[in-house]
Amino acid sequence: MFDVRVSPAAFDLAAEHARLAAVGPAVGAIVSFTGQVRDHRLMLEHWPGVAERRIGQLVNDARGRWPLLGAIVVHRFGTLDVGDPIVLVLTASSHRAAAFDAASFLMDGLKTGAPFWKRSADGWVEETAADDAAAARWRQAPSAGHDGVRRSG
Amino acid sequence: MLRLVYFAWVRERIGVEGETLAIDAPMRASAIVPQLIARSDGHAAALADLSRLRLAVNEDMAGWDTLLAPGDELAIFPPMTGG
Repeated sequence: MFDVRVSPAAFDLAAEHARLAAVGPAVGAIVSFTGQVRDHRLMLEHWPGVAERRIGQLVNDARGRWPLLGAIVVHRFGTLDVGDPIVLVLTASSHRAAAFDAASFLMDGLKTGAPFWKRSADGWVEETAADDAAAARWRQAPSAGHDGVRRSG
Repeated sequence: MLRLVYFAWVRERIGVEGETLAIDAPMRASAIVPQLIARSDGHAAALADLSRLRLAVNEDMAGWDTLLAPGDELAIFPPMTGG
Protein backbone atom coordinates (compact mmCIF):
# COMPACT_ATOMS: atom_id res chain seq x y z
CA MET A 1 0.00 0.00 0.00
CA PHE A 2 1.77 3.08 -1.26
CA ASP A 3 -0.02 6.42 -1.24
CA VAL A 4 0.96 10.04 -1.88
CA ARG A 5 -1.37 12.97 -1.24
CA VAL A 6 -0.92 16.73 -1.50
CA SER A 7 -3.82 18.58 0.06
CA PRO A 8 -4.75 21.63 2.15
CA ALA A 9 -6.65 19.36 4.54
CA ALA A 10 -5.38 18.14 7.90
CA PHE A 11 -4.46 14.47 8.16
CA ASP A 12 -5.25 11.76 10.70
CA LEU A 13 -2.12 9.98 11.86
CA ALA A 14 -4.03 7.14 13.56
CA ALA A 15 -6.10 6.47 10.47
CA GLU A 16 -3.08 6.45 8.16
CA HIS A 17 -1.17 4.22 10.58
CA ALA A 18 -4.07 1.77 10.64
CA ARG A 19 -3.98 1.52 6.83
CA LEU A 20 -0.33 0.41 6.95
CA ALA A 21 -0.90 -1.88 9.95
CA ALA A 22 -3.53 -3.70 7.87
CA VAL A 23 -1.20 -4.32 4.91
CA GLY A 24 -0.47 -7.88 6.01
CA PRO A 25 1.19 -10.24 8.46
CA ALA A 26 4.71 -9.46 7.18
CA VAL A 27 4.52 -5.91 8.57
CA GLY A 28 6.64 -5.82 11.71
CA ALA A 29 7.64 -2.16 11.85
CA ILE A 30 5.83 1.09 11.10
CA VAL A 31 7.68 4.39 11.44
CA SER A 32 5.84 7.70 11.40
CA PHE A 33 7.15 11.24 11.13
CA THR A 34 4.96 14.31 11.55
CA GLY A 35 6.31 17.74 10.74
CA GLN A 36 4.49 20.72 12.22
CA VAL A 37 4.69 24.46 11.74
CA ARG A 38 7.21 26.03 14.10
CA ASP A 39 7.61 29.62 15.34
CA HIS A 40 5.67 31.43 12.58
CA ARG A 41 2.48 30.99 10.59
CA LEU A 42 3.32 29.77 7.10
CA MET A 43 1.86 29.96 3.63
CA LEU A 44 2.90 26.99 1.49
CA GLU A 45 2.88 27.29 -2.26
CA HIS A 46 3.24 24.16 -4.39
CA TRP A 47 3.32 23.08 -8.02
CA PRO A 48 0.10 21.12 -8.50
CA GLY A 49 0.58 17.76 -10.15
CA VAL A 50 4.35 17.97 -10.19
CA ALA A 51 4.57 17.92 -6.37
CA GLU A 52 2.59 14.65 -6.27
CA ARG A 53 4.68 13.16 -9.06
CA ARG A 54 7.97 14.15 -7.49
CA ILE A 55 6.98 12.66 -4.11
CA GLY A 56 5.90 9.52 -5.95
CA GLN A 57 9.39 9.34 -7.47
CA LEU A 58 10.91 9.66 -3.99
CA VAL A 59 8.72 6.80 -2.77
CA ASN A 60 9.78 4.69 -5.75
CA ASP A 61 13.43 5.49 -5.01
CA ALA A 62 12.87 4.40 -1.39
CA ARG A 63 11.28 1.15 -2.56
CA GLY A 64 14.35 0.48 -4.67
CA ARG A 65 16.62 0.88 -1.65
CA TRP A 66 14.69 -0.76 1.18
CA PRO A 67 12.26 -3.70 1.42
CA LEU A 68 9.19 -1.59 2.14
CA LEU A 69 5.75 -3.11 2.47
CA GLY A 70 4.00 0.22 2.43
CA ALA A 71 4.48 3.98 2.61
CA ILE A 72 2.19 6.98 2.96
CA VAL A 73 3.25 10.57 2.37
CA VAL A 74 0.85 13.46 2.94
CA HIS A 75 2.01 17.04 2.36
CA ARG A 76 -0.22 20.04 3.02
CA PHE A 77 -0.29 23.41 1.32
CA GLY A 78 -2.03 26.70 1.95
CA THR A 79 -1.97 28.78 5.13
CA LEU A 80 -0.94 26.90 8.28
CA ASP A 81 -0.69 28.16 11.85
CA VAL A 82 2.00 27.43 14.41
CA GLY A 83 1.52 23.87 15.65
CA ASP A 84 -0.44 22.76 12.60
CA PRO A 85 0.72 19.47 11.09
CA ILE A 86 2.32 20.09 7.71
CA VAL A 87 3.79 16.79 6.52
CA LEU A 88 3.28 13.12 7.37
CA VAL A 89 5.59 10.26 6.37
CA LEU A 90 4.79 6.66 7.28
CA THR A 91 6.83 3.64 6.26
CA ALA A 92 6.15 -0.03 6.88
CA SER A 93 8.56 -2.91 6.64
CA SER A 94 9.21 -6.26 8.26
CA HIS A 95 12.04 -4.83 10.34
CA ARG A 96 12.72 -1.44 11.86
CA ALA A 97 15.95 -0.46 10.11
CA ALA A 98 14.37 -0.26 6.67
CA ALA A 99 11.35 1.63 8.00
CA PHE A 100 13.49 4.16 9.92
CA ASP A 101 15.92 4.73 7.07
CA ALA A 102 13.25 5.00 4.38
CA ALA A 103 11.28 7.53 6.45
CA SER A 104 14.43 9.60 6.95
CA PHE A 105 15.26 9.37 3.23
CA LEU A 106 11.76 10.49 2.26
CA MET A 107 11.79 13.47 4.63
CA ASP A 108 15.25 14.57 3.46
CA GLY A 109 14.00 14.37 -0.13
CA LEU A 110 10.85 16.34 0.64
CA LYS A 111 12.80 19.22 2.21
CA THR A 112 14.78 20.09 -0.91
CA GLY A 113 13.49 17.92 -3.76
CA ALA A 114 9.73 18.48 -3.97
CA PRO A 115 8.24 21.70 -5.38
CA PHE A 116 6.97 23.43 -2.24
CA TRP A 117 7.88 26.93 -1.12
CA LYS A 118 7.24 28.35 2.35
CA ARG A 119 6.52 32.00 3.08
CA SER A 120 6.18 33.57 6.51
CA ALA A 121 5.31 37.14 7.51
CA ASP A 122 9.06 37.83 7.23
CA GLY A 123 9.20 36.69 3.61
CA TRP A 124 10.05 33.57 1.67
CA VAL A 125 11.84 30.93 3.69
CA GLU A 126 15.32 30.21 2.34
CA GLU A 127 16.76 26.76 1.90
CA THR A 128 19.24 25.68 4.56
CA ALA A 129 22.68 24.17 4.17
CA ALA A 130 21.68 21.53 6.74
CA ASP A 131 18.77 20.40 4.57
CA ASP A 132 20.97 20.30 1.47
CA ALA A 133 23.56 18.23 3.36
CA ALA A 134 20.87 15.86 4.68
CA ALA A 135 19.62 15.20 1.14
CA ALA A 136 23.17 14.86 -0.22
CA ARG A 137 24.17 12.11 2.21
CA TRP A 138 21.70 9.73 0.50
CA ARG A 139 23.32 10.42 -2.86
CA GLN A 140 26.73 9.50 -1.47
CA ALA A 141 25.64 6.27 0.21
CA PRO A 142 23.83 3.81 -2.07
CA SER A 143 22.10 2.43 0.99
CA ALA A 144 22.43 3.50 4.60
CA GLY A 145 20.71 0.38 5.91
CA HIS A 146 21.90 -0.58 9.37
CA ASP A 147 22.52 -4.16 8.28
CA GLY A 148 24.71 -3.04 5.40
CA VAL A 149 22.72 -5.17 2.97
CA ARG A 150 21.52 -3.61 -0.25
CA ARG A 151 18.19 -4.90 -1.39
CA SER A 152 15.89 -4.17 -4.25
CA GLY A 153 12.14 -4.37 -4.74
CA MET B 1 7.14 29.19 -28.62
CA LEU B 2 8.42 28.48 -25.13
CA ARG B 3 6.05 28.33 -22.18
CA LEU B 4 7.41 29.88 -18.99
CA VAL B 5 6.07 29.13 -15.51
CA TYR B 6 7.11 30.91 -12.31
CA PHE B 7 6.77 30.07 -8.62
CA ALA B 8 7.23 31.73 -5.22
CA TRP B 9 9.24 34.98 -5.25
CA VAL B 10 10.09 34.58 -8.92
CA ARG B 11 6.35 34.75 -9.69
CA GLU B 12 5.89 37.65 -7.26
CA ARG B 13 8.70 39.73 -8.73
CA ILE B 14 7.72 39.09 -12.34
CA GLY B 15 4.08 39.62 -11.53
CA VAL B 16 2.57 36.78 -13.57
CA GLU B 17 2.28 33.02 -13.08
CA GLY B 18 3.42 32.33 -16.60
CA GLU B 19 4.02 33.74 -20.06
CA THR B 20 5.45 32.76 -23.42
CA LEU B 21 8.64 33.52 -25.32
CA ALA B 22 9.06 33.07 -29.04
CA ILE B 23 11.97 30.86 -30.03
CA ASP B 24 12.28 29.19 -33.41
CA ALA B 25 15.33 27.04 -32.79
CA PRO B 26 16.79 25.17 -29.81
CA MET B 27 18.71 27.39 -27.40
CA ARG B 28 20.20 27.04 -23.95
CA ALA B 29 18.12 28.17 -20.98
CA SER B 30 20.80 30.71 -20.05
CA ALA B 31 20.53 32.28 -23.51
CA ILE B 32 16.92 33.41 -23.01
CA VAL B 33 17.71 35.33 -19.81
CA PRO B 34 18.67 38.62 -21.54
CA GLN B 35 15.37 38.65 -23.44
CA LEU B 36 13.42 38.04 -20.24
CA ILE B 37 15.33 40.67 -18.26
CA ALA B 38 14.49 43.22 -20.96
CA ARG B 39 10.77 42.68 -20.42
CA SER B 40 10.43 44.54 -17.08
CA ASP B 41 12.16 45.66 -13.91
CA GLY B 42 10.41 42.78 -12.17
CA HIS B 43 11.95 40.29 -14.58
CA ALA B 44 15.35 41.86 -14.01
CA ALA B 45 14.91 41.62 -10.23
CA ALA B 46 13.78 38.00 -10.38
CA LEU B 47 16.62 36.95 -12.69
CA ALA B 48 19.41 39.06 -11.18
CA ASP B 49 21.25 36.09 -9.68
CA LEU B 50 20.85 32.84 -11.61
CA SER B 51 22.67 30.90 -8.90
CA ARG B 52 19.66 31.58 -6.64
CA LEU B 53 17.25 29.97 -9.11
CA ARG B 54 16.25 26.43 -9.99
CA LEU B 55 14.78 25.19 -13.27
CA ALA B 56 12.56 22.45 -14.55
CA VAL B 57 12.16 21.68 -18.23
CA ASN B 58 8.93 19.85 -19.01
CA GLU B 59 8.54 19.26 -15.26
CA ASP B 60 11.97 17.66 -14.74
CA MET B 61 14.77 19.42 -12.89
CA ALA B 62 17.33 20.94 -15.25
CA GLY B 63 20.29 23.32 -15.37
CA TRP B 64 20.92 26.62 -17.15
CA ASP B 65 22.89 24.80 -19.86
CA THR B 66 19.85 22.70 -20.84
CA LEU B 67 18.82 23.02 -24.48
CA LEU B 68 15.27 24.29 -24.88
CA ALA B 69 13.22 23.49 -27.97
CA PRO B 70 10.07 25.20 -29.26
CA GLY B 71 7.10 23.76 -27.35
CA ASP B 72 9.04 23.14 -24.16
CA GLU B 73 7.86 24.35 -20.79
CA LEU B 74 10.50 26.05 -18.62
CA ALA B 75 9.69 26.55 -14.94
CA ILE B 76 11.83 28.97 -12.91
CA PHE B 77 11.68 29.03 -9.12
CA PRO B 78 13.74 29.48 -5.94
CA PRO B 79 15.26 26.49 -4.14
CA MET B 80 12.46 24.31 -2.83
CA THR B 81 11.58 24.39 0.86
CA GLY B 82 9.15 21.57 1.54
CA GLY B 83 8.75 19.26 4.47
